Amino acid sequence: MKQHEPLNADSPLHVVMRDIVKCFPGVRANSKVCFDVEAGEVHALLGENGAGKSTLMRQLYGLYQPDEGDIIIDGKPLQLRSPADAIRAGIGMIHQHFMLVPTLTVAQNVALGQRSSRAPLLDLTRVTARIRELSEEYGLKVDPRAYVWQLSVGEQQRVEIMKALYRGARLIILDEPTAVLTPQEVDDLFATLRRMVREGHSLVFISHKLQEVMAISDRVTVLRDGKVIGTRLTRDVTRSELVRMMVGRELGELAPRPLEPGPARLTVQGLRAMGDRGTEALRRVDLEVHAGEIVGLAGVSGNGQRELAECLAGMRRASGGRVLIGPREITFASLNQRIEAGMAYIPEERMRDGAIREFSVQENIFLHDHISPRFRRGIFLSFPRMEAHAARLVREFAVKTPGLDTPLKNLSGGNIQKLIMARELSRHPEILIAAQPTRGVDVSATGYIHERLLQQREAGTGILLISEDLDEICALSDRIAVMYEGRIIGVVRRGQATREQLGLMMAGVQQADALP
Amino acid sequence: MELEESILTSGKLAPRTRRLRALTIDWSRIALNVLLPAFGVIFALLLGAVMLVILKADPLAAYAALVNGAVGTRFGITQTLVKATPLLLVGLGICIAFRANVINIGGEGQIIAGALMATWWPLFFHTWPGWLLIPSTMIAGFIGGAAWGFVPGILKARLNVNEILSTIMLNAIALQLMNLLLQGPLMDPAGVAARTFLAQSAQLPHQVWLPRLVPRTLLHAGAIVAVVLAVVVYLFLWRTTIGYDIRAVGLNPNAARYSGISVPTFQALALTLAGGFSGLAGTVEVIGVQHRLMEGLTSGYGFTGIVAALLGSLHPIGLIPASILFGGLLVGADTMQRAVQVPSSLVMALLGLVVLFVSGSALWARRWAARRMIGEQKDREETA
Repeated sequence: MKQHEPLNADSPLHVVMRDIVKCFPGVRANSKVCFDVEAGEVHALLGENGAGKSTLMRQLYGLYQPDEGDIIIDGKPLQLRSPADAIRAGIGMIHQHFMLVPTLTVAQNVALGQRSSRAPLLDLTRVTARIRELSEEYGLKVDPRAYVWQLSVGEQQRVEIMKALYRGARLIILDEPTAVLTPQEVDDLFATLRRMVREGHSLVFISHKLQEVMAISDRVTVLRDGKVIGTRLTRDVTRSELVRMMVGRELGELAPRPLEPGPARLTVQGLRAMGDRGTEALRRVDLEVHAGEIVGLAGVSGNGQRELAECLAGMRRASGGRVLIGPREITFASLNQRIEAGMAYIPEERMRDGAIREFSVQENIFLHDHISPRFRRGIFLSFPRMEAHAARLVREFAVKTPGLDTPLKNLSGGNIQKLIMARELSRHPEILIAAQPTRGVDVSATGYIHERLLQQREAGTGILLISEDLDEICALSDRIAVMYEGRIIGVVRRGQATREQLGLMMAGVQQADALP
Repeated sequence: MELEESILTSGKLAPRTRRLRALTIDWSRIALNVLLPAFGVIFALLLGAVMLVILKADPLAAYAALVNGAVGTRFGITQTLVKATPLLLVGLGICIAFRANVINIGGEGQIIAGALMATWWPLFFHTWPGWLLIPSTMIAGFIGGAAWGFVPGILKARLNVNEILSTIMLNAIALQLMNLLLQGPLMDPAGVAARTFLAQSAQLPHQVWLPRLVPRTLLHAGAIVAVVLAVVVYLFLWRTTIGYDIRAVGLNPNAARYSGISVPTFQALALTLAGGFSGLAGTVEVIGVQHRLMEGLTSGYGFTGIVAALLGSLHPIGLIPASILFGGLLVGADTMQRAVQVPSSLVMALLGLVVLFVSGSALWARRWAARRMIGEQKDREETA
């Protein structure tokens, strides 16, 4: 494909989207949306999951075509039929889920789909040199020779940004870029973004995190239910005003009722396990979760939280130590045995591990329970009973779906998470392991999920809440365990430590030194 | 939005409307699924006509011969169905395998394994009456093929051996095994006595021959068995817990694993079942058509069945018309070859073109259907 040279390559793009309407089966995702990006600004697109932010931007990137409305770029109306058209117009998009080939190097990924300067042969030396140049120019730390599978999530995101810059994007759309990043990586990303703006790029920043929007954007547009609620200059608007615009109401504070914790439901003793890279990821983890208690597991990502969750769920083999549910040892038990012992699990990567996109809402509810005698006759599935059960759960957990036979992929992230939660809690577990239960989930679904976790706690379930959101951990937990380099470095009671003190512990400072 | 509310307020409503929807016939969907493949076939034939012209053959005469051969005569029609039967059976197995995200290229070997069992069994139990011998032979043939599918299945499950490679290699093994047996223990004693030494087995006892559906043709009861099994496979995949497991494993092995479904077990099971259905295809060829085992029995059904399955969108019911289409093309191509003296390789090229164009039109149809659904939604909202 021939790469057209943009008309005035140095000036940032000016984009206007006018009266955009986009419908999907059962959903009107955008109705008469007007949105514009001025040259050289950071325009935040704020809204809950399912508000239509990604849909709007996917039309700008040519992934969807609007049913109605115009897209005007630098004063000219354009039809963007594919991402190739958008790239040619100078638009780049960083998706929430990265589009990289793990087995290729960074340079190979960047060169992918681009015409080589000495086609049909590859010209990776030149690509590598150009990556180094851009890397220098934007302060974007990327090693062109590294293999993508070796990179952390933050590094992979930098590769995605590099791809967009390499293709000459002047307007870059970032779809919830911070959802997958650690706080440190978010700071790095923001530094890069500011540099890009200085170098003359326009940015669209899709998010539902208020503090980030306040920190990075010049203007903010709020979407709700597919409609524009308003566009404001960021410096003229307050956080609470934005929340009102997003959800139409103020969010209440959580106040968990003090409960006397019951007997130990989950006991972890000296647990050890290897990580993916063959290094020891868990080095003697000791932890107890009691009935009617939420234990928050805090830590900077990559300190063994993921491996601990996988070990508890039976998806990673322990190399030492013991795990007990109640009195029953399950260190090497199969997943079915764990479920039988009373474990429920909300996996961190919900679309990869927690649900099947192509299956219907109902089929996803029965991922495990279809083998339960309640829902089958012999080998035949009992549809009437399954439907009754699924309809009850969908109603009880307020999952917004057009129907039980709707494919799961048509639901928003928050509703998918509610569905997974409904499935796991419907078994009345003794112990619930919830890994990043509200990551990438909108404000109202987050509130709902938090409420449910507290309800479950009052019902006597022990909950291990693994989260990178320190606010969430502080708001919900009875006790907070901090993980650092594969160990629990300290456990504090609710209210015993400030956020700053927890931050120190997350950075590896021993509890005795962090809490004077 | 109204739909959303309805499910929130009354959970009972949803199942009822769902059942209703299943009963009403969606004509436009049927038109889409019938007309578009038909156009695909026509385009493929047009391109084939160009090739015929290059070969200095009269395309009109050639295609007249093709159509005439496939559906022009009573015998032609029955031959089409005779060829469609093994294609349907092989395709059913391919459907199951594909749904579990395993690719079975071993149809040929599994057909042979099934045919070997279906030959040995009635020869050994030749005193049994037909009502007992026919079903037991079919089961034996199914087990023979299933064993040939189980081997790559268990290798994949236990050692993560790539099933594409192992099934292909087992094809060669099955073929040589058949040749060996036909030269030795299974060789027709009559041939040995007459010193002709033909590589074929003895004729099977008459009571195991499948009844002919139309007199003086080769169309046998195996065709009915195949259609019934298509419905059974449909129910199996969408109405049973095992079918559910197989589909879950195929769509997202991670989520399946996290729900306690053993991915290797169900992939191995899918390959075993796929083998079984191919084995059954070999069985009906032996007891329905040839009445003995001889070389060249598979006629490439093990490969053509894969293509038929893809054409039928990997759906057991869609597979029925797809197999008949391919059966018809195979039969018609023979006639065409004889009528206008074109090389047989042209026939294979023509089959390939049909697949290309029909699957291409299916892709196009899916996109078109998505756009149409959005349009309908818009209309509904505007009228509301």
